[in-house]
Amino acid sequence: MSGPTLRGSVCVAGVGETEYYKRGQSPDAEGKLALKAIVAACADAGISPEDIDGFSSFSNDRNDPSRLAAALGCRELRFANMQWGGGGGGGSAAVAHAAAAIHGGLAECVVVFRALAQGQFGRFGQGPRRNTIAGDPAHTVPYGLMSPAQMFAMKVVRFMHEHRVDQNALRAISLAAYHHAQNNPRAVMYGRPLDEATYDASRWIVEPFHLYDCCLENDGAAAMILVSAERAAEFPHTPCYLLGAVSGSHYRAGAGVHNTPEYASSSFPTLAPRLYSMAGVRPSDVDVLQSYENFTGGVLMSLVEHGFCDADACNEFFVKERFLAPGGDLPLNTSGGNLAECYMHGLGLIIEAVRQIRGDSSNPVPDADVSMTISGPMVTPVSSCIFGTEATL
Amino acid sequence: MRGFYLAPGLPQPIPAPDGLDGPFWAGLAEEKIRLQRCADCRRWQWGPEWICHHCHSEAVGFEEVPSAEGVIYSYERVWHPVHPALKDQGPYLVVLVELPGADNVRVVGNLLGDPEADVVIGSRVRPVFEHHPDADPPFTLLQWEPVIIPT
Ligand SMILES: [Zn+2]
Repeated sequence: MSGPTLRGSVCVAGVGETEYYKRGQSPDAEGKLALKAIVAACADAGISPEDIDGFSSFSNDRNDPSRLAAALGCRELRFANMQWGGGGGGGSAAVAHAAAAIHGGLAECVVVFRALAQGQFGRFGQGPRRNTIAGDPAHTVPYGLMSPAQMFAMKVVRFMHEHRVDQNALRAISLAAYHHAQNNPRAVMYGRPLDEATYDASRWIVEPFHLYDCCLENDGAAAMILVSAERAAEFPHTPCYLLGAVSGSHYRAGAGVHNTPEYASSSFPTLAPRLYSMAGVRPSDVDVLQSYENFTGGVLMSLVEHGFCDADACNEFFVKERFLAPGGDLPLNTSGGNLAECYMHGLGLIIEAVRQIRGDSSNPVPDADVSMTISGPMVTPVSSCIFGTEATL
Repeated sequence: MRGFYLAPGLPQPIPAPDGLDGPFWAGLAEEKIRLQRCADCRRWQWGPEWICHHCHSEAVGFEEVPSAEGVIYSYERVWHPVHPALKDQGPYLVVLVELPGADNVRVVGNLLGDPEADVVIGSRVRPVFEHHPDADPPFTLLQWEPVIIPT
């Protein structure tokens, strides 16, 4: 890639997570969860929270950077950024913005964070409780189309129809996530394995999504500290560099009442080429992949749009064995992901991508040099990012 | 007047307070599908926008779609109720319908009939206007039923 780039400009100094709880069961308020994750990330990096001078988040996180900086005793606040859009689409975008701030000299030590306490603030997967509804939702909610699963199933049905994809392709994504969660003590589904028969017998939420095709809803928080790549040697872990990060969506992805022209899409067709160009890698170079599963159908389309699989070859490509660490061709969602580890709007997936580079994943992929994360399929904007070891620079 | 497709109690639609989609809802009450059409470039658009996304003209009005028959572009069969009003509903079908009479813009509705029937993407459907005259304010939903092609 010629011209300005984030490639190799920043590294991950540290990562931190709270314990992950089932929805509504966190003993801590959301603001405290955010602080705990940030303090944990600082401890991981061996720095003081007072050194943080920037905050980057997404999905309308409720924790105001000015308040966080006050609570943490940060010496100075230089960068406070929020990516527009809901769901997990902004996860990798928050990384991109933090990196851009550092690369552009706006800040030196930026924390990417996300905190959720749904017991405190209400759930995602429920319909509205008002008597009347206006605007775009007025054209869908009165027909019983109101939850995220219902909004996205319509896209996945069309994609599976166009490309003759079988249900077993979705099942493989779910089985791989649950498989990996069995080695991850942090995972909410640790100790609760899933097999083919259980998946097949599980109830429909909305076709083509069984119960096990749908993400968890959790309480917790996650944080990641980014600094200039020049400082990589200051921190205790194997250096992990950002190779590329992009966000956005394709033509009129935000058109109302399900009128996006390229409808059966995870919203990545224009992003993936930009990501690979910035990172200087090809799909075949990716050693391990975290792909945001709000619903398995989003992973299906995300992998196609990122060039891992031809749209008409999904039935052959999406088999569980391919996705299992350590030996599969493309280990996928190696922490258990949003289906089986925790739903932290996908920041957990980005942290897992870093762990694969550092070698401290609970399902390590040997010699992983190129580690990719896809954030928030089917919403707009979406984002994706790639980390690499020092050898990739 | 047939019964309502979904159990009562979901939020009822009202015209957007900013005026963007009022003629659409008024049209349904008169059993007409009125969508946005640009007076300058004559192209249709939906969902509603303040300007024409093709030519950026502000002269965007509402016109009746000349042929209201539609084609099923996608669909979904919902099983898990996410609203208390649908607790005893059982499965239901939501369809995304393309309107060939209006540059193939899409609208969302329910597909009337057996909710467990096979749904064929690409099959033809015709509009059914589901009036709720006793609601406050009254409203009309745009539903769809299969066009049975004689053999
Ligand atoms: Zn126009």
